Amino acid sequence: MNTPVLQIQNLRKTFADFTAVDTLNFQVEEGSFFSILGPSGCGKTTLLRMIAGFLEPSSGTLLIRGKDMTTTPPNRRPVNLVFQNLALFPMMNVHENIAFGLRRQGLAGREIGQKVEAMLERVHLSGFGKKNISQLSGGQKQRVAIARSLVLEPSLLLLDEPLGALDLKLREQMKIELKKLQEEVGTTFMYITHDQSEALVMSDQVAVMNKGTFEQIDTPRNLYSNPATSFVAGFVGETNILPVQVASRRPLQVATSFGLQLHATAGIDLNDSDSLALYIRPESIILEPSDSMKHINRFLLTVQNILFDGSNTKLLATIAESDHEFTVALPQNQQFAHIAKGDHIQAGVHPESCRCFVR
Amino acid sequence: MKNHIRLSLYIFLTPVLLWLLLLIVIPHIELLIMSLKGTDDLGDPVWTLANYRHFFTEQIYWYTFVRTAVYAMLTTVLTFVVTFPVAFYITKVVSVRLSGFLTIVLLMPFWVSELVRVYGWMILLRESGVINHLLISSGLMNTPIEMLYNDISMMMGLVYTSMLFMAVPLISSLEGMDDSIIEAAHDLGASPPTIFCKIIIPYAAPGITSGSIVVFMLALGNYLTPTLMGGKNSLWFTEQIYNEFIASFNWNQGAAFGFLLLALSSIIIWAGLKLTRQELGRALS
Ligand SMILES: Nc1ncnc2c1ncn2[C@@H]1O[C@H](COP(=O)(O)OP(=O)(O)OP(=O)(O)O)[C@@H](O)[C@H]1O
Ligand SMILES: [Mg+2]
Repeated sequence: MNTPVLQIQNLRKTFADFTAVDTLNFQVEEGSFFSILGPSGCGKTTLLRMIAGFLEPSSGTLLIRGKDMTTTPPNRRPVNLVFQNLALFPMMNVHENIAFGLRRQGLAGREIGQKVEAMLERVHLSGFGKKNISQLSGGQKQRVAIARSLVLEPSLLLLDEPLGALDLKLREQMKIELKKLQEEVGTTFMYITHDQSEALVMSDQVAVMNKGTFEQIDTPRNLYSNPATSFVAGFVGETNILPVQVASRRPLQVATSFGLQLHATAGIDLNDSDSLALYIRPESIILEPSDSMKHINRFLLTVQNILFDGSNTKLLATIAESDHEFTVALPQNQQFAHIAKGDHIQAGVHPESCRCFVR
Repeated sequence: MKNHIRLSLYIFLTPVLLWLLLLIVIPHIELLIMSLKGTDDLGDPVWTLANYRHFFTEQIYWYTFVRTAVYAMLTTVLTFVVTFPVAFYITKVVSVRLSGFLTIVLLMPFWVSELVRVYGWMILLRESGVINHLLISSGLMNTPIEMLYNDISMMMGLVYTSMLFMAVPLISSLEGMDDSIIEAAHDLGASPPTIFCKIIIPYAAPGITSGSIVVFMLALGNYLTPTLMGGKNSLWFTEQIYNEFIASFNWNQGAAFGFLLLALSSIIIWAGLKLTRQELGRALS
């Protein structure tokens, strides 16, 4: 078993009396795409800046390829950072920007030229070397920033919300490009984002961060289907949340305030708490379930609105004549195209898709 | 629509053109004519190049001319060396609130006239001045020494009076620099000295250029400081011009000197821009 690229042990960072990063322990495997997903202000940038060497940890150790990095300055660490605002050098052209790091390594001019050209080709910017930074589009700047770091062949490439400044269309495109690029070059990527779709699409492993700690480190699929905590269940993917009381424990049955009884699955240890929150994903709700489905929870929905969004069309409905709103994903086929505002529809959901967490 | 734009362009341009014509072009034509005139043996006015020839044959003029150019360049360099760390500290090291305060403190001396500022230096440095007084009363020295009226005191005065004109463009160009650029360079393997040479200086280059041009011109054309703080032997070319106009009453000769100074400053600035690969338009924008 190889040593992991990055090992973090009991890492903490406090600003005065505020703990930005709280006792983290994790490692990143060679060649993987590792994402850190968390809301704004949860300490993602702080963690990344500690790894890059711009911030000194308050305590804990940080090993890169098994070597302690505590006293190594940023320019000697085998990691490179793609900044949130890119931080390209405006007084240099594209070629000079990418060559900057190679020059610092003291490579020969010809070798630098070759490497830069190869890297430009890799990020689909061949022939752009002579252009000025101000002449590039947002997506092109993005690629220059990544190329500038990647050309140094770092052990670990850190990316701080690099797609944040781009518009939606371009972000979708760059997401796929970035994933492909990582697979081609095989460099370990550590990617920071608050956009769950970016994290889910690109990553091998995702760590969900909240208030300076990791709530769960898992594959995107597991994170989505088996969230470990209520925070993960609520943050990753869209979900409907209902406050419920425990009706019976084994098998778990819960009751909503408006008297609906549902079979459910416990998320994690419920530690004898009676007040729970029930999480149901929009796409796990089955509309007009056939009578042959035996063990599902059934209830009535009243359509309030249809949110048409192409392949992502949803229903906004109230459940069982209460005023709790529910989002329901409509299946792709036109089977439910006839549904209109005010309709009453039978609906069902499997108990495994009803997850309970402590409220 | 197009005519409207034309019209407003003329309206806005007129005062500028008038100003250029009345205050710059016409006096200079007048001076140029004057510099090309002289008197023949009979005392009649004639066209001649004698005023210019005179400059090249008389060694003292030459000497002063070159000296002024060299010292003005030295002033520019020294002003940059002194001002840059201050500008960097104000814009990049201290907090935003403190940086505003420090900028004002830096600019404060320039609210009084140059004469008063130079006189302030004289009070400090002269034989019966503050520094001599302190040194003697503390027992470090027995007899006062004259610290004024030499090249060093003159340079000090010139650098001091020029600092503002270097500080303002430097501060404004450094202020526009994103701190993450410095961090990015550090991250890509640059050591602090390399960051300074390869990132900060090139980034501030337009500010450095415009500051240097202004300081150089002001130093070259300065009259007050070299006269008051320089010694008998530290002649400045402006004094030479003044002497021709006022003392010798030889306006033709003075006008020729004036043109030579103009040519000198133009050539040096042009050469400086070429050497550092800067463009005037970009530096002044
Ligand atoms: N130098 C500092 N001094 C004090 N508090 C700080 C400092 N830097 C960051 N913080 C605090 O630490 C917390 C985490 O900041 P951080 O920049 O890591 O957030 P983030 O997760 O990157 O957020 P975003 O997604 O908005 O970029 C924030 O609450 C911030 O206010
Ligand atoms: Mg951040």
